[in-house]
Amino acid sequence: MIKILSKLFGGFFRRKDNIKIGFYGPPNAGKTSLANLLCKDWTGEELGSVSDIPHETREVQFKEKVEIEHKGKKLMLKLIDTPGIATKIDYEDFLHHGVPKQEAKKRAKEATQGIIEAIKWLDDMDAVIVVLDASENPYSQVNITIIGNLLARKIPVLIVANKIDLKKADAKKIEAAFPEYNVVGISAKKALNMDEFYTALFKLTKKI
Amino acid sequence: MKKSPKFKGLSLHIMPFSEIRELTITERVKKLLQLILGNKVIILQGRLRPEEEIRLIEDTMTMVDHIKNFKGIELAVIDPGNKEDSFLLKMRRGLARGLTGDTTSLTVIGPASIVKEIKKDPSKLEIFLG
Repeated sequence: MIKILSKLFGGFFRRKDNIKIGFYGPPNAGKTSLANLLCKDWTGEELGSVSDIPHETREVQFKEKVEIEHKGKKLMLKLIDTPGIATKIDYEDFLHHGVPKQEAKKRAKEATQGIIEAIKWLDDMDAVIVVLDASENPYSQVNITIIGNLLARKIPVLIVANKIDLKKADAKKIEAAFPEYNVVGISAKKALNMDEFYTALFKLTKKI
Repeated sequence: MKKSPKFKGLSLHIMPFSEIRELTITERVKKLLQLILGNKVIILQGRLRPEEEIRLIEDTMTMVDHIKNFKGIELAVIDPGNKEDSFLLKMRRGLARGLTGDTTSLTVIGPASIVKEIKKDPSKLEIFLG
């Protein structure tokens, strides 16, 4: 009897206890910067390296049991940082960032495999934080494809308009592009507006 | 007058939705990629479903990995619906139409080596050729 009850309700409680939150978005939007900020604040360790060169994250990386406390409430999360999704990869783009040719080719190959891996992980997420660069045009097809797929899979979404510290940034433009979604403007680099982010994150987990 | 070399080899393929209506997701993506690998820019009547778009990206990445000088694709959907309509409404409409064949939208897909960039905003779409 206990076994049956455990089987019936155990999954539910485990799921709530270690919620899988994925960070998705185009390359260089700041997914790893945000994941790092959360991991550093709540576990003392970072998740991955950050760089100005696109596709710095070329493998899915995760941190288990990240306990976050906000306004007296606690959440236990598994944070999953994914490579940026793009429709094209050109090794020559890395050359412009000073990467040597052989290294650029290797990086391009890893980036293509990273995108495939990120897509495969989509079905495993309990909820997703879509990180967009607030200084870029939000109407790119990749953004629409990612959010469309999350909608089709009924995965709850929080949109983060990152890099609000930049002069060109316009979080309102992202809000206008995706009006039915909760959009929070932050700067992961400068840890700006994180209180509003945590409030939105707790709200997101309630939709699971 | 000398022709601009930038437009050399540009070939458009107008694809009515009926051409892919009966195909499975695998067959649709395969057909599109075959045309793209033949340096064709496809103007598809209708739109792909989100799972087809993501599968197209996935298969494109496999191709980039295996085919020399193939760098990927540019992809954009032109939705003629009311521009005041929200993303969710357009997407829901797209999902519903995707099952029967949405023939009011247009999808532009091309090889990244030819289509340098497709810039979209709610009122216009610009295609920059490489």
